[in-house]
Amino acid sequence: MTATALSTGRDDLLGVAAQRRLTGLWLLALTVGLVLTGLVAVGTGAIGIAPATVARIIGYHLVGLPGEVTWTPPQEAIVWQVRLPRVLLGMLVGAGLAVCGVALQAMVRNVLADPYLLGINSGASSGAAAAILFGAGAGFGQYALSTSAFLGALAAALLVFLIARSGGRVTSIRLLLAGVAVGYALYATTSFLIFASGSAEGSRSVMFWLLGSLGLARWDALLLVAALVLGGTIIYLTVAGRRLDVLAIGDETAQTLGVSPDRFRMRLLVLVSLSVGVLVSAAGSIGFVGLVVPHLARRLVGAPHVRVVPVAALLGAILLVWADVVARVLLAPQEIPIGIITALLGAPFLLVLIRRLHATGA
Amino acid sequence: MIEATGVSWHYGANPVIDGVSVTARPGRVLGLIGPNGTGKTTLLRLLYGALRSPHGRVLVDGDALSSLPAREAARRLAVVVQETGGETALTVAELVLLGRGPHLSTFQRTGPADHEIAARCLTRVGAAHLGARAFASLSGGERQRVLIARALAQQATHLLLDEPTNHLDIRYQHEVLHLVRDLGTCSVVVLHDLNLAARYCDDLVLLGRHGVAAAGTTDEVLDPAVLEPVYGIGIRRLELDGAIHLLFHPIDQSIDRRIDERSAA
Repeated sequence: MTATALSTGRDDLLGVAAQRRLTGLWLLALTVGLVLTGLVAVGTGAIGIAPATVARIIGYHLVGLPGEVTWTPPQEAIVWQVRLPRVLLGMLVGAGLAVCGVALQAMVRNVLADPYLLGINSGASSGAAAAILFGAGAGFGQYALSTSAFLGALAAALLVFLIARSGGRVTSIRLLLAGVAVGYALYATTSFLIFASGSAEGSRSVMFWLLGSLGLARWDALLLVAALVLGGTIIYLTVAGRRLDVLAIGDETAQTLGVSPDRFRMRLLVLVSLSVGVLVSAAGSIGFVGLVVPHLARRLVGAPHVRVVPVAALLGAILLVWADVVARVLLAPQEIPIGIITALLGAPFLLVLIRRLHATGA
Repeated sequence: MIEATGVSWHYGANPVIDGVSVTARPGRVLGLIGPNGTGKTTLLRLLYGALRSPHGRVLVDGDALSSLPAREAARRLAVVVQETGGETALTVAELVLLGRGPHLSTFQRTGPADHEIAARCLTRVGAAHLGARAFASLSGGERQRVLIARALAQQATHLLLDEPTNHLDIRYQHEVLHLVRDLGTCSVVVLHDLNLAARYCDDLVLLGRHGVAAAGTTDEVLDPAVLEPVYGIGIRRLELDGAIHLLFHPIDQSIDRRIDERSAA
């Protein structure tokens, strides 16, 4: 580390330019990885389609190229109507959960923060389930679902933070326990609402809310809303990177460096709740992505959020699409809920983190 | 120039600071001294707006601090607090560069000029070699110097420090305060060590149990007749080569007697 900083020479006193080049390379590599992931994932399934054919079909739909049709109509329907929206939703969910994890970890100065562990996902599912049960505005459709999911997420997040905040400091143990308690209570509420509404086997089952699924993805308004909300969130968090750095150090430090900690935290909380609300109403509750991915991103490019946020978004997108591929093919033709795959990856990771916390006495 | 008039702060029902007025003048170093629990840190926090006094007011260069936007306040006041942020995963260089934040617009990233300022500030506190290290891996003294470098990188017109010599060995205690003096900015320093205050402060505010016990130039305040009742300790003042030195000895005979009795037992 020291050697690289020294070898960067006089023009790059603090090694900033070298670090930016490294981040740029990672962003490029991950973007290429994401595109390849998309092509392979769309081609994978009961009927396999070569990535090159997938690329041609997508190119044909987007810009009318290439003019010559070399694929069958069923292939085209599978790629464009079924699998592409699903893969795109997977990318959005993965990227969104990852950056929400980054934002939450900075807000509470705790590496264990994650929308799923903190009960924000379950708040969103309660809100969405309530909207389904009480049939809020049929004409409003998907928007009613997302809006009430957002409100549920916000309420859950506020509740958890109020409980966890003891004397201005959020301790790991209180945060996790408050998240678990609020999460369980709200999942029970969600399940009750689903059964009460008599649609337990409907499009959004208890399984959907607990473990998530990308199976409902299609070209609809919800996908568009998710893309807009998450695009906005990722851009905002990247631009606010320096403020996130400062907030992650401490409230007093934030204030002396020109950031109003309470106002900024509230803004982040609304943004995270909005993202989680949209994601959960589209794909149910998928855990651990927001916990694991920020750590991987920091491993690659260091701690400054201006670098962590975009890298985490790309990593999260790639990770979730592959998790969905595994969920689809492992027990094919049966599909496993994607949350099982992410939990299998994430739970051991959480254990390692808890062990490390214990070791440092934090 | 920072002018606080009639500021107060209560923790629960206990007034810690009650109707205190202090002035930090341009180009001078103001020391806040006093025994433990007399509200030195609380007063400092009132001066940089971390606490908002319910009465009175704080003016920074003539403008009410409470009316300044956070970023503008950060361009005028650089603060070294005791909150260290020891769990951050940032490197030293990244941490010091955060001091440039108040000078950058939202979409602007740090440029070569910012890097040069940050590198120079690290050099000034003797931490140039630490740039690539993780902040969390530093010793207490190294961290303190890095936090001071960040405050310097802010290039504010005022510098406020809460016990900046904590965790520092004797050489760095003097180097850091020497640096503060050399900056020539309007500085306010909370200090425990009266001999450091004697050497590096132009003005002093002495806080006692009942608010400001004395305020004035260092020469005026560091008078045994003023200090002894506040600290409850005997003080001899020597002047060597024009510098003030204080020597301390217990005056409470009962303490001596108790110690004698205990050693006899």
